[in-house]
Amino acid sequence: MARHVVAPVGELPPGSRKFLTIDERPIAVFNVKGEFFGLLNRCPHQGAALCEGPLIGLAQSSEPGEIEYSKLGEIIRCPWHGWEFDIRTGQSYCDPKRFRVKAYAVNVEPGSSVVKGPYIAETLKVSVENDYVVVDL
Amino acid sequence: MNVQFRPSADGSVTAKTAIADCDIHPARRSMKDLYPYLAKRWHDHLETYGGHAYQGMMVGPPYPKAQPNASRRDAYPPEGGVQGSSLSFMQQQHLDPNNVALGVLNPLNTGQGLRNQELSAALATAINDWQIAEWTSKDTRLKGSVVVANEDGVASAAEIRKRAGDKNFVQVLLLSRNVEPLGQRRYWPIYEAAQEVGLPIGVHAFGFGGNPITASGWPSYYIEEMVGHSQCQQTALASIVLEGVLERFPKLKMIMIEAGFGWAPSLAWRLDRVWQKLRSEVPHVKRPPSEYIKDHIWWTTQPMEDPERRDHLFQTIDWIGWDKLLFATDYPHWDYDEPSRVLPAGVSDANRAAFYLGNARELYGIA
Repeated sequence: MARHVVAPVGELPPGSRKFLTIDERPIAVFNVKGEFFGLLNRCPHQGAALCEGPLIGLAQSSEPGEIEYSKLGEIIRCPWHGWEFDIRTGQSYCDPKRFRVKAYAVNVEPGSSVVKGPYIAETLKVSVENDYVVVDL
Repeated sequence: MNVQFRPSADGSVTAKTAIADCDIHPARRSMKDLYPYLAKRWHDHLETYGGHAYQGMMVGPPYPKAQPNASRRDAYPPEGGVQGSSLSFMQQQHLDPNNVALGVLNPLNTGQGLRNQELSAALATAINDWQIAEWTSKDTRLKGSVVVANEDGVASAAEIRKRAGDKNFVQVLLLSRNVEPLGQRRYWPIYEAAQEVGLPIGVHAFGFGGNPITASGWPSYYIEEMVGHSQCQQTALASIVLEGVLERFPKLKMIMIEAGFGWAPSLAWRLDRVWQKLRSEVPHVKRPPSEYIKDHIWWTTQPMEDPERRDHLFQTIDWIGWDKLLFATDYPHWDYDEPSRVLPAGVSDANRAAFYLGNARELYGIA
């Protein structure tokens, strides 16, 4: 497992997402209300760029006439066929046994520890004063 | 799932199997795109009155769609406009990376089923001229469909004969939901003209005839419309067989587009069994209905049948015939089928080649 520096925290404000390719894998990192999430940007259903879809909530029903809408902004909906995945876990809600999108741990680390390594910063210049979003692959 | 058609990172075409896509939807940015092909009288008419269909909705489809314009969210052209309105972006996103050697255009929302028959006919002619000018003359992989004012059989037949021998077109386009079931006599001039000029008839799901999508009335949800297309197509096909259309026009070939094919054996079995008892009611149906279906009907694949067990898929196709399936993606619509993800493992090379390209080339007469 390697830890890759994605961006300074200030460049990924809440509501934003960043697409990048790490080790030839398309990755998307999201900031949802201050929490960071990472997903493989490829839908396990037919291969679309999943993370270009909208972030919606999870509509569930205990019985007809009852609707609960939860996990607001935490469900990614594929831009092709509308398959829904939980960005916390990559879980599919319609076929959880067959389909799961790879989820990656994303953390915020201080520049002081990032500078020491063994982080892979790629094209980013890391300074001690900043905090950085890092993803574990 | 064992064939990989993965585009290379730089977007260039990699060495991969050429395919046909028998259901591509070119779109207009707006109605004004058709003005060069429409008399001024109709510009003013459209701006003053608009078009009104048989269905209750003044504008838009009878059911909402799951994605904007019922299309992939990643298919907006970079230069603006709705999905499917840019040839260059269609080439870049779909035709080139998927190595589409033959693409059949099916323009929708183009005046089919308008109550004003003269406007319907003018729009059909315009959309046919537009297909040549904006699409097929610019990319010879693309072939058009002759759009007709489907509720006016005489006007439709005239439009079909006008396009006779024009290699820009490979079929006549009808929709499944019309004012009456498709076998009825008001539509016969369309079949007569199509047989005469040697074009097959494509029957695409949807339509504007004003009838509910289901035989039990208007359902509540879009998902019911999505699965309703196959029910609707069954009624259209049963009508075509039982009215004797394929007896009257024995050289006619028809393609069922975007309505599935898994139901074909079940419909045919039921038709045959009931026909044995009620044959005298429809003496013009001289052979078991299943024979007409097997001889005259082709099927596009999208949205592909996807049973849990692949042997169920293969059994269904065995009944239909591997030579009757035409691969389609439905680009740019949201329920697009990705070419590499459609056929499970276990298909022979010959059947795979027929499925993806060979059947389409033969049916449409494209070398």
